[in-house]
Amino acid sequence: MNQQMVMYEEEFNQINTVCDRLTREASAKVVFLVDKNGQLIASCGQTDNLDTTSLASLTAGNIAATGGLAKLLGEKEFSILFHEGEKDNLHITIVGGRVILVVIFDSRSSLGLVRLRVKKASEELGRIFDGLLKKVEAPGAGSPFAEITDEDIDNLFTE
Amino acid sequence: MSFINYSSREISCKIVYYGPGLCGKTTNLQYIYAKTNPEAKGKMISLATETDRTLFFDFLPLALAEIRGFKTRFHLYTVPGQVFYDASRKLILKGVDGVVFVADSQVERMEANLESVDNLRVNLAEQGYDLSKVPYVVQYNKRDLPNVVSLEELRSMINPTRVPEFEAIAPTGVGVFDTLKAVAKLVLTELKKGG
Repeated sequence: MNQQMVMYEEEFNQINTVCDRLTREASAKVVFLVDKNGQLIASCGQTDNLDTTSLASLTAGNIAATGGLAKLLGEKEFSILFHEGEKDNLHITIVGGRVILVVIFDSRSSLGLVRLRVKKASEELGRIFDGLLKKVEAPGAGSPFAEITDEDIDNLFTE
Repeated sequence: MSFINYSSREISCKIVYYGPGLCGKTTNLQYIYAKTNPEAKGKMISLATETDRTLFFDFLPLALAEIRGFKTRFHLYTVPGQVFYDASRKLILKGVDGVVFVADSQVERMEANLESVDNLRVNLAEQGYDLSKVPYVVQYNKRDLPNVVSLEELRSMINPTRVPEFEAIAPTGVGVFDTLKAVAKLVLTELKKGG
């Protein structure tokens, strides 16, 4: 079973810094990170008119389906996916086997440049997520919900 | 698995609606979508065939009130019910926090219900989950139809372990929110245990 995904302020800032830099260096429109279960972790760039929640869910579905195809062919996974559109393109990679890095770019960038910059960013992100996992596994990292009461839960549904 | 973000103070959970083809999983989500405030819901996505059968999944993100300073988000998914979409169903169960089994109460669908529950158990086990330990509720849908099986019989066949159960008529919303609330409560209670 997958481990509980937890994000702390410190790592969140580090991740955002890497994503911001990737957006600039790859001349990308948008960069976002998604958990394999479809939860959005971070997004950078021109995200104003973008439904990032849906994008996250569909990206994870896409990776899951592609992973299923890979298995059928005897591959562990297909770690890079590329979708080419008329204007915008999607470059999707799996980072550290756990999270999905998505770059949306147009003709102001190129696939070569995106691949190059993604490679470097992936390594950095991989390190951050390794550290994060260790932190979560460390004793004392209890759930913030340990103290919620049944009443708290009931209140969510009484409005 | 749920995703706890201390930075944005959010918690996201994934709930999957499971059940045989045409039992009303998508209808459940459509009703929830129609009756939820615009600020509390995202776009509903349906990846369906030309004949409106779910091909991969439906997806509906909901944002509930805060709990101890954390915004609670529930991501609702349905699976395709038709038997031959099993590969897709397995994928959707990845990282699930809670399951709703939607049963079709019509007598001629009993076999399909049983097959689907078995399929759920097997597919969950493949992901390392045990159905008896996952937050799980059962909904008996289509109670308004004339040829339905009695509640006692449904219970003994589909819900022998007596998890929370609800009678429903999904198109008119009977039992729909009760089902959702029950599974959401179980998911949060599980988190409380230190999930």
